[in-house]
Amino acid sequence: MKADPRGVLTGTHFLDGDHACCEGALAAGSRFAAGYPITPSTEVVERFAQRVPTVGGTFIQMEDELAASITLQGAVWGGAKAFTVTSGPGFSLMMEHIGYAAMTETPCVFVDVQRGGPSTGLPTLPAQADMMQARWGSHGDYEVIALCPNSPQECFDLTIQAFNFSEEFRVPVMFMMDEVVGHMTEKVIIPPADEIEVVPRYHTKKSVEDYLPYGTNGSQVPEMAHAGEGYHFHVTGLTHDEHGYPNMTPQTQDKLVRRLQSKIRDASDRITLLEEEQIENADVVVVSYGITSRVAQRGIELARAQGVKVGKLRLITCWPFPEKRIQELAPKIKAFVVPELNLGQMVHEVQRAADGHAKTVAVPHAGGSVHRPEDILKAIVEAAR
Amino acid sequence: MWGFPVPKGRVSIVVERCKACGFCVEFCPTKVLALSSAFNSKGYHPPHVVEPEKCSGCDLCGMYCPDFAIYGQKVAEAKTPAKPKTEAPHES
Amino acid sequence: MINITNPVDGTPVSGNVVEPFLRSDRMPHIWCPGCGIGTTVNSFAHALIDSKIDLKTVALVSGIGCTGRVAGYVHLDSFHTTHGRAIPFATGLKLANPKLNVVVYSGDGDLSAIGGNHLIHAARRNLDLKVICVNNLVYAMTGGQTAPTTPDHAITSTSPYGQCEPSFNLPHLVEAAGAVYVARWTTFHVRQLARSIGEAFQKKGFSFIEVISPCPTLYQRRNKMGDGLDTMKFYKEKSKVRHGAPTSEVGLTMNGEIAVGKFVDRDRPDYQSLLHAQMVASLGDRYIEQADFEPEESCACS
Repeated sequence: MKADPRGVLTGTHFLDGDHACCEGALAAGSRFAAGYPITPSTEVVERFAQRVPTVGGTFIQMEDELAASITLQGAVWGGAKAFTVTSGPGFSLMMEHIGYAAMTETPCVFVDVQRGGPSTGLPTLPAQADMMQARWGSHGDYEVIALCPNSPQECFDLTIQAFNFSEEFRVPVMFMMDEVVGHMTEKVIIPPADEIEVVPRYHTKKSVEDYLPYGTNGSQVPEMAHAGEGYHFHVTGLTHDEHGYPNMTPQTQDKLVRRLQSKIRDASDRITLLEEEQIENADVVVVSYGITSRVAQRGIELARAQGVKVGKLRLITCWPFPEKRIQELAPKIKAFVVPELNLGQMVHEVQRAADGHAKTVAVPHAGGSVHRPEDILKAIVEAAR
Repeated sequence: MWGFPVPKGRVSIVVERCKACGFCVEFCPTKVLALSSAFNSKGYHPPHVVEPEKCSGCDLCGMYCPDFAIYGQKVAEAKTPAKPKTEAPHES
Repeated sequence: MINITNPVDGTPVSGNVVEPFLRSDRMPHIWCPGCGIGTTVNSFAHALIDSKIDLKTVALVSGIGCTGRVAGYVHLDSFHTTHGRAIPFATGLKLANPKLNVVVYSGDGDLSAIGGNHLIHAARRNLDLKVICVNNLVYAMTGGQTAPTTPDHAITSTSPYGQCEPSFNLPHLVEAAGAVYVARWTTFHVRQLARSIGEAFQKKGFSFIEVISPCPTLYQRRNKMGDGLDTMKFYKEKSKVRHGAPTSEVGLTMNGEIAVGKFVDRDRPDYQSLLHAQMVASLGDRYIEQADFEPEESCACS
């Protein structure tokens, strides 16, 4: 369906990533956010607090990230599209509730504007070191979707995509920004509302007697209901059956967690968004995401100028990891070069998927600034030898 | 004595839910109940009604029961029979 | 198998007034013999009946623990959330749909230890939530560990030589934080509890009702205080109704007086009234509280 025009700030703007992300949430139909201040993410909710009272909705600053990460889920079950925003230390605090959202299949978006870590780290400087945490941070077996914008324009566009994925798959979506993308100011074009597709809540049309809160009849995603509609349903984080009732047996566990996994993995072709350039005939493929992909672009250009056949594979979706694409490419190329603002996270996924058919070269960086294009150039040239 | 008391209330017991905690027996204001010597399938002694005519249907047993295993209800009041007229002895 | 017959003459009878509020398909529940949680649910059901609330609008949120299991046994929109976080979840529910009557039903450990921060902030904000805190003086579900409410010198599994920390006086805590309705009863006081819950439903703002309840398997057993029935008699003996008492004076000890009654009933604007007033003052006509955009029927989902 089309976006609600009241939330869409149509026009050409000069915005930073944080602000663009907020506009994306509003355009996607989000009318509730619960937040807690943490650099470098705070501007997202500051703007939301300013905008939403004139669009129609609520912002509440909660007392900590533990509260924010579950208040937004209460709002979802009350009928709203909701999100929260944080950085590393807050992301760690939110992990239990990310697991709760995955287990209860609560559609919502968690924005992490990554900064140097671990612990308090570098509050005002970039890193990309929460990537594995986005996938594995909570306990137990569950799947999430994670998207990585590399520009303020993408902070707008992909936030809408994040909300759409969350509603379609009833899954928490991690929106993995970084401090540079969040604080860089660029042109952001916001189209008219009728050019923006939003996915509505997958709400049941069944009667009260027939509705099964976690029944799937064929599809992998159950239909949802909201509190206050007379369905009298039960939601729990305990392993549950199709009624939503706790059913703590190995059989129910197997059925439930496998479905939570397969509802995402079976659709991974649709979920994994990639940007590719000059992949055919490439000897080396640079795999990057977020702000590093902007620097990598320069490194790639410099390498091509030296005659190296370099392709670009940008991960717009980081999770589920596009292993199929890596598996396809690995036998055809010499090496993957994976620059990241961390000491090696997504590179392990690339290596795993390449399965020895191509070299995998990490270009780590401890964070605090971005790579120099020359560092990436050097790695590409050496990999091409 | 003319007229006789009839129960104003009736107790129902969901035998299989009972865990014999004894709350209903203790807190019934008119001591209608006692734990029986029967067993339910879990081995608990559920209560039984020992003084049915004293039940007022107040449902305190139901309010106290943590297992939702007993409840009282008011029943329609039966009329007590009228006192037959006695003739006053004539004074002559 | 349910055997609902008149024990006097064996005729079938119609049901318990509480039964429609239960998920009968999930009975029997997991609570121990003599546990008081089920008793509190009776009072809760009676309060719902007497207040004639539209059950469609009632949403019940619980945390983790024995009392947290209430959510799974009541036939309402119910949410069994994470440990200590029922109140923020309830906050989100209420703010997204202000027409809901949101009840938080959880235990003393869940609400005052891990959930303590959220408890005081919700009271401070005066969010329109009805909090029923069943206080059995321990963490029961996990085996009877010390809770912030465990009284002095009590034996628990993590204080095997006796608890020495000062314990929380919950009515005092929530009053200081800003609650507008604060009451305490025990599971002996079934009718008074139902009445208090009913009053809380009429009240706009943060209501907190503490219910002292037996945990015969753990707290009472380790402290040689008998079984559930002994504890109910103990409550009957030790309770003193002290309506309007200063909450600073209603702290609990192992064997001392249990002050019960309605301690606080005052008026303060609730969170949503405050928010509304502030927004209207600042934005005037530009303020839109809730968007009422109706989505089209089309859905691109799998």
